[in-house]
Amino acid sequence: MARIIIPTPLRKFTKDESTFFSSKKNVLEAIEELSSFYPEIKNNLFDEDNKLRSFVKVFVGDKDYNSLQEKDIELQDDTVVSIIPAIAGGTGK
Amino acid sequence: MSDLKLKIHSKTLKEMESHAKLIFPYECCGFFFGNEANGRLITRVLPVQNVKNGDQRRRFEIDPVDYMKAEQHALENNVKLLGIFHSHPLHKAIPSQHDLKQALPYFSYIILSVYSNSIEDITSWRLNDEGAFENEIIYLTDKKSSYGKNHYSNTA
Ligand SMILES: [Zn+2]
Repeated sequence: MARIIIPTPLRKFTKDESTFFSSKKNVLEAIEELSSFYPEIKNNLFDEDNKLRSFVKVFVGDKDYNSLQEKDIELQDDTVVSIIPAIAGGTGK
Repeated sequence: MSDLKLKIHSKTLKEMESHAKLIFPYECCGFFFGNEANGRLITRVLPVQNVKNGDQRRRFEIDPVDYMKAEQHALENNVKLLGIFHSHPLHKAIPSQHDLKQALPYFSYIILSVYSNSIEDITSWRLNDEGAFENEIIYLTDKKSSYGKNHYSNTA
């Protein structure tokens, strides 16, 4: 089963679990399965149109999911999917 | 006064201070790790590159690959990714609206106010359930005292 790594700040929605195992072969389906299993995490990952939020990045192995040519990449047993929140800030306005 | 507390050895805090001075006049950024066995304790600092495409004197952004590696480091070493530090060159150590907008729950956000070769102040902040920043006391484990003045009210 593929492994999804849940970012630390969202683990309050996953009972402190860092990892979710999915047997899905499709990346988005696997993340949707995670959201069904832990419904509180859903709003943090998907918007009203069920699209991944702009401040959430998904990496499949070391590749940005958004830059992959083949979005329907098949998840293997040893695939690691990382959910990555945007980290930014600054000073002033 | 907040009852949130973040414990750190002054040597570990110095690593953030040195990095902030090194990167000045630009904003520095990085991660810190530790445990929560007996209150939140920082044991390791990991500076990373500011990859903001824009004015790095006023903005920072962390590369998603660096974030992914930080989470992997935490899992492999059985430590917790406790938060993010960044500097405010020539500005106070008070979170900006921009910082608040991007803030995530759980993480501690350490801000270092840096003026050229000196660190003027260091503060830490954590989001509460209402989505506002609460000031967190930085407690120096070796000195058995709080860092600086820690006089900040719980407003951003
Ligand atoms: Zn800031």
